[in-house]
Amino acid sequence: MLSGHLSVVRPRVEGMSTPDPVSSSSAPRPAPPSLVSPPIAVRARGLVKAYGSIRALDGLDLEVPAGSVLGVLGPNGAGKTTLVRVLTTLLRPDAGSAEVAGIDVLAQPKRVREVIGLSGQYAAVDEYLTGFENLDMVGRLYHLGRGPARARARELLADFRLEDAADRPVKTYSGGMRRRLDLAAALVARPQVLFLDEPTTGLDPRSRNDMWGVLADLVTGGATLVLTTQYLEEADRLADSIVVIDHGRIIARGTADELKAQVGGEVIEVVVAQAAQIPAAAKVLAAVGVGEPFIAEHIRRVSVRVAGERPAAALLVEALRELDAEQIPVLDVGVRRPTLDDVFLTLTGHAAEDQAPESGSDSSPKQRENAR
Amino acid sequence: MTALVQALGDGVVVARRNLIKIKRVPDLLVFATLSPIMFVLLFAYIFGGAVDLGGTGGVDPGLYREFLIAGIFAQTVVFGATITGASLAEDLQKGVIDRFRSLPMSGSAVLVGRTVADVANNLIAIVVMGLTGLVVGWRIRTSVIDALIGVGVLLLFAYAMSWVMAVVGLLVRTPEVVNNASFIVIFPLTFCANTFVPLESFPAPLRAFAEWNPVSAVTQAARERFGNVVPGAGVPDVWSLQRPVTYTILWTAVMLVIFVPLSIRMYHRAASR
Repeated sequence: MLSGHLSVVRPRVEGMSTPDPVSSSSAPRPAPPSLVSPPIAVRARGLVKAYGSIRALDGLDLEVPAGSVLGVLGPNGAGKTTLVRVLTTLLRPDAGSAEVAGIDVLAQPKRVREVIGLSGQYAAVDEYLTGFENLDMVGRLYHLGRGPARARARELLADFRLEDAADRPVKTYSGGMRRRLDLAAALVARPQVLFLDEPTTGLDPRSRNDMWGVLADLVTGGATLVLTTQYLEEADRLADSIVVIDHGRIIARGTADELKAQVGGEVIEVVVAQAAQIPAAAKVLAAVGVGEPFIAEHIRRVSVRVAGERPAAALLVEALRELDAEQIPVLDVGVRRPTLDDVFLTLTGHAAEDQAPESGSDSSPKQRENAR
Repeated sequence: MTALVQALGDGVVVARRNLIKIKRVPDLLVFATLSPIMFVLLFAYIFGGAVDLGGTGGVDPGLYREFLIAGIFAQTVVFGATITGASLAEDLQKGVIDRFRSLPMSGSAVLVGRTVADVANNLIAIVVMGLTGLVVGWRIRTSVIDALIGVGVLLLFAYAMSWVMAVVGLLVRTPEVVNNASFIVIFPLTFCANTFVPLESFPAPLRAFAEWNPVSAVTQAARERFGNVVPGAGVPDVWSLQRPVTYTILWTAVMLVIFVPLSIRMYHRAASR
């Protein structure tokens, strides 16, 4: 399942040249030995980073095979950004060790910086410079030399459909264009390992789709990519394997399908007419389902996971009879396969896009114990 | 050696980036130079009629303007240093520093590029103020070499101040706070000096402070080198003002020795929070 849709798995990390977002055919690649498992591009062991009493990373272990895409999934405050900052040498962990492309992150940060690309949560491009000047500057700081830096800048601007805006100050760019430029900046030196920290957070749906297109091309190009996101759809779509993190530790790992299978069963959903009826509806669903029902207050939706002998449809009918008997009007009902949202909910006891990580804390420690 | 060459090269790349900003956002420069112009005019025409430089038998506004301009130069370049701190804070806030830190570049290059670009800012400000000074009757009455030394002393001190402000910027991390925080220090520093009035009128404790205030020495150095020493405004018999160039260079050296390594260390710390 790993790297299932990647075109080539390269045998040695050192030999890797990267990801051209558009043309993946540019360089001839060594023939892949078929039975050798790919080397590890990113390895982390026991990473700990505490801010006062909050442990942003709490003994985190990680391995990413070269040429694969790892999705790091978690809510705000789970430790995703801290993890990326440690792996990209921006932050020293309190404990633990990490290697990127075989280089020790703590001992040789500068060498690591030569082989990675980072695109952060905020589009870290200079808004007073033009798109071209931004990429040219980054190329010069990678010490590509004057000519090659300029050529690479023009090439990337073309790849990312920014040619027309190349000589305009970034100030005039849209949010999506800035993100594309920021991503282009991360690719200037054809990094072996690319880190993207929430590349689509804050983008409108159209720009997000655009960005996913660009990232999907990158992935087919054979990059090793570590991608953090709070959007389950994004991880589902781009990542070969996913780790779910919460409170600085990995609480689950696997492919998207494996994680869904781990949750198992199906999900029954009911939308009630009035917010006041939510508690009563939740009580009814709790009787037919497994575990606590999940309530999405703002859309008056109550859902619960069902499993066991009886088919979900039968359980739904039973629930509807009960709701009818209690005179709770229902606007919408459904049975669906679990999504990564449900996975997250089951593992952590709170939804992936919760703004406040504390909100589910009453139930989460217990449920997390169960999940392990 | 190669590391040094690389650090310098990186510094040039970053400085170029900062200079492009001066070009793209001319408002910054316009306002940075408008305030000294305002100061020249306000002080020349409001205080000029009231400050008695003595010895000439009455108030002489022309004489005061002669006396004033070097003080305005000194004040402006010291205020100009806040640009260094504010810009670094802005870069931190916007994640630009994160990008720099993820590149295999020299860590000090970001600070070197910043402070060097701010020398250009100061030079432009000095030229604009000099022209305003000429309009109100100020003249350089010495040789070209002396004048260049005068400008050099101003820029040198400003450069050291830039490194001080770099530390402030990296510490407070918000451009607005840099401006407000440094105002509290810089305002008294530039006013409790021989910048705008002669020191004779100061009460004793303030006078002692003003005599050893490096801003006084910078002003005195500029005044001497431009040939603007007004006979009526006596120069106190203290070493700092009798040998103002030496005293300024000493201060500059001390500030650089302390604040260059400090800000480089803070840069690494600030970026890795």
